[in-house]
Amino acid sequence: MILTRMGDGSFVEMTTAEIRVDVEAGIEDAVKKAKCPPLTDEDTEHLMDIICDPRKFVSVERGNELVLTYDSQPMKFARLGIPIDRVQILQIYERALMADTLEMAYVHYSAKPVKTILPEEQYAVAEALLTTTPALLYGVMPNMPTYTKPDGPCENAAELLPKGMVTEAREAQMEAASMLEHDLLLLGAAMNEAGADGLDFDTSAAGGDAEFYACLRAVEQLRAKYPRMNIEVGMSSEFVLGFHSALEYKGERLAGMYPHKQCRMLAEAGANVAGVVVNTNSSRSFPWNLARALTMCKYAAAVSTIPVHANVGMGVGGVPMQITPPIDCVSRASTAMAEIGKLDGL
Amino acid sequence: MGGVRTSGDLVARMQLAKNMRLDDAKKYVADKLKVSLRDLTDEVTMREVREDLDISSIFMGYGSASRGIEAKFNIARLLDLEINCVEKFKKKTGI
Repeated sequence: MILTRMGDGSFVEMTTAEIRVDVEAGIEDAVKKAKCPPLTDEDTEHLMDIICDPRKFVSVERGNELVLTYDSQPMKFARLGIPIDRVQILQIYERALMADTLEMAYVHYSAKPVKTILPEEQYAVAEALLTTTPALLYGVMPNMPTYTKPDGPCENAAELLPKGMVTEAREAQMEAASMLEHDLLLLGAAMNEAGADGLDFDTSAAGGDAEFYACLRAVEQLRAKYPRMNIEVGMSSEFVLGFHSALEYKGERLAGMYPHKQCRMLAEAGANVAGVVVNTNSSRSFPWNLARALTMCKYAAAVSTIPVHANVGMGVGGVPMQITPPIDCVSRASTAMAEIGKLDGL
Repeated sequence: MGGVRTSGDLVARMQLAKNMRLDDAKKYVADKLKVSLRDLTDEVTMREVREDLDISSIFMGYGSASRGIEAKFNIARLLDLEINCVEKFKKKTGI
């Protein structure tokens, strides 16, 4: 029997045959949903070896290491209740945790509240840049819903849609998207002035296709204005939610886009790195979830023209939905993404 | 990849700045540092290489290799990159 886990993190014992059934079912579901090719037989056998490895921690063979980008490094220490300043947190990431990249961020981690404290954020970035070595991005979630009532000035599409007010809901989303786009451009200008290497728009499109539209337009304009700016865009889910549903960018409908199409849009807008997400189903096993995530991510990396980093953490990338992601699953998911998925990073 | 303990920060820079895919970024950095691909993730070799090239390491005590903005001046030159904060530093100091 193999000790593995369910998508909620609880232990489950499965036979090798049961794991194989779940792996094949996960691959099949990915193919059906994302309309991508399945893993090869060789890939499937490699994945079985990784999942069924009796060791608690699994890693890549020498030479298959990949780089890591992060979302909001300072927030991780704030959650631990360790009261040190953000610049010191980034120094710890650099010299104690061996981070390949750094990311400054405000605790709210959303574009709208950061706008009101941009000078203070510029100071923190400028100060950190003097004492750190890796590329330093400034990260925010676009988080378009913060622009809607009751938190913002725009009508709330989530309240209008159940009433059948589709046109009004679409107009409200476009108004919020316009405000978001404006704020992302303000942020980009401020961080470029502070000296940051670039930006990370994390958890993008959580508010749906209008939010993704605003992000793409912001990236396009930032790229035109700052040709050397490093821009990473991390997504929020495996497909773009169609709250608006009719929005197009460069002639392609955004609603329902899966990772490989999201990567193409991000590349066309001018992003440098695409962060792809595949959601974990907490009712299915870890083997099912990992096989499914790997199938979608591998295809995204194969067809992308820019580097692709898979989100592998709490409830994404095959990892169980837990605030303490089990290391046996994180290490297996990371190994599979590197060796089978051929991702550029995580 | 190990950040400044190895060469992860340099490989990541090439991905972020030049859209280089992982294998291309590793080869670019290895060529610029004049080391093998295997050396890139070897903390023993890379500590000496980083100290020799003065591009920062995890040891930042007195007498250490260049740190922070100092190291980034050298990294920009070594990797043939324009690093935003280095350019800002030059402008402000008239270098």
